[in-house]
Amino acid sequence: MKYSTWSQEAAFAVLATLREEKGAVLMALQALQKEFGYVHQEDVALVANFFNNSRADVHGVLTFYHDLLTEPPTENQISVCVAEACQAVGSRALEKDLKAKFGKEVHDGYCFGNCALGPSAMVNGALLGRASVDSIAKARK
Amino acid sequence: MKIYVPGDSAAISVGADEVALAIAEKVNGATIIRNGSRGALWLEPMVEVETDKGRTAYGPVSVADIDSLIAADFMHGGAHPLSLGESEKIEWLASQDRVTFKRVGIIDPLSLADYEAHGGLVGLRRAISMHSSEIIEEVTQSGVRGRGGAGFPAGIKWKTVAGAVSDQKYMCCNADEGDSGTFADRMLIEGDPFTLIEGMTIAAIAVGATQGIVYLRSEYPYAIKILQKAIDIAHAFGWLGSSVLGSDFAFDLKIRVGAGSYVCGEETAMLESIEGKRGVVRAKPPLPALEGLFGKPTVINNVLTLSTIPAVMADGADAYKARGVGRSLGTQVFQLAGNIKRGGIVEKPFGISIEEVVNGYGDGTLSGAPIRAVQIGGPLGAYFGTDKFETSLDYESMLAAGGMLGHGGIVVFDDSVDLAQQARFAMAFCALESCGKCTPCRLGSTRGVETIDLIIQGVKVDENKKLLLDLCEVMTDGSLCAMGGLTPMPVKSAMINFPEDFTGEVSRR
Repeated sequence: MKYSTWSQEAAFAVLATLREEKGAVLMALQALQKEFGYVHQEDVALVANFFNNSRADVHGVLTFYHDLLTEPPTENQISVCVAEACQAVGSRALEKDLKAKFGKEVHDGYCFGNCALGPSAMVNGALLGRASVDSIAKARK
Repeated sequence: MKIYVPGDSAAISVGADEVALAIAEKVNGATIIRNGSRGALWLEPMVEVETDKGRTAYGPVSVADIDSLIAADFMHGGAHPLSLGESEKIEWLASQDRVTFKRVGIIDPLSLADYEAHGGLVGLRRAISMHSSEIIEEVTQSGVRGRGGAGFPAGIKWKTVAGAVSDQKYMCCNADEGDSGTFADRMLIEGDPFTLIEGMTIAAIAVGATQGIVYLRSEYPYAIKILQKAIDIAHAFGWLGSSVLGSDFAFDLKIRVGAGSYVCGEETAMLESIEGKRGVVRAKPPLPALEGLFGKPTVINNVLTLSTIPAVMADGADAYKARGVGRSLGTQVFQLAGNIKRGGIVEKPFGISIEEVVNGYGDGTLSGAPIRAVQIGGPLGAYFGTDKFETSLDYESMLAAGGMLGHGGIVVFDDSVDLAQQARFAMAFCALESCGKCTPCRLGSTRGVETIDLIIQGVKVDENKKLLLDLCEVMTDGSLCAMGGLTPMPVKSAMINFPEDFTGEVSRR
């Protein structure tokens, strides 16, 4: 995925689209991450000022949700489901093999709603069923 | 020539997009419709062609099969090793009782014309002509209960919100389907999104809400796209907006996307998340029905509850409550998952046995090994052995058997499963996902992992088992919501139903 280069002006432009939204802090952090790849440290104060919240509140939201990243994402994003339905078809072993092969690209996921065709993985936003190390390797960029 | 290739993400996950592309390239004059999945997921990608006899199915189809399918003249229903015959006569599907899922897999999810041709909007048009109290009475009479897991009667909840006086009320749909082994919300949204929108509109009219929000999890990117398109179509059609289908009712609908938090499926944590905050559970009372989103009266229902309402309003309460057993009326959309040969959606009246679903529809495990355990009702549901397979799948019977029906997900495990590891996972998942509000959940889950580890290692097994049961009791009694309150259910049921896995001996069998 290609992300924009962060600047204060560019971040403001993202926030401006959410000016009319009620309770927009989480949406704002999601929108910033979508635009710039992750939430920059400077974003916390920007969001707090823009929506008249405290920085502590914004930091609290940022650190609560698993989706929100505070570091640049790896070029490939592999999320492998490690919840029960996928465990039943070998996702624990798959997760281990994937982490050995692709390291930091691999994250634990908790259910993509593909529980009859597991193990499931999401590779750069595309869902894979009956996933294997090979099929995931093919789906990588 | 119409050819149906499901655009459901489960079908896409096993190659439906590639199949659709290959058919578009190789078959001249084909109109490809990306329908939802009919729910026989082991047959996906299931390709259907429209013939004079109705729709004929082939599956599971891969790109490598396209040439031989063309050679067999599948465009006109020709015979082929992958042929499944007429779609309507596939036994696995034909024997089901589809109410909530009646259009899923049949129609083009984003065609309003198709939706109306299959009975869509009948319920809403009837609701518009009725008084609010009559709509609520009809829903109450139907016996529809909350499908999210709690099983609270939908009509009674609506009545509370309708009776609240406020300048603003909200209708929130909980589409944060985070339970492993459940995928019915996702499939409904991807396969028949207008049904959800219709159910929400009826609920909004009944309680007097003008703003609707669907809280949809980020793990469902395909569903988000389809639902947003459906909402845009409904707006353009004059269904959503300042005048619902030309009536005096106004209803606007938006999607809020979750951010990867399981506890936000709990209704008060969901409200906090929609308000842009940390998903920390609220104490009740006040009930969300009186002080919900932004402090205003809010009706919150699950996707399946709301998607059942149009059928109730179209066909009447009597038709709906004629199905089911005891106080569990109507149908339940069971989701058959995990190590299962024929997984997918099984919609049947409440009261079908575990055996009928798991072995009847599911046909045993995918691995071919014997079934050892099932977990019913998501990560907070109980683990049962096959000795409990005659249990009736309804709210009351499941409770009596020491489990719960939850959202209707059934995860099957073969004999390689280690229930001590599953119990450990339940605690570890709780530790990861706890919002932190209640101490028994926040700290107890971590202590639970440690205690189960000691049992697995064989350290003071009896003492630690006693300690673990004591901890489970504290978590159950001392947590505000189901996350901390029900995490003990998989743990305790694993200990009770599979004691041989908690002896601390490494080689169990």
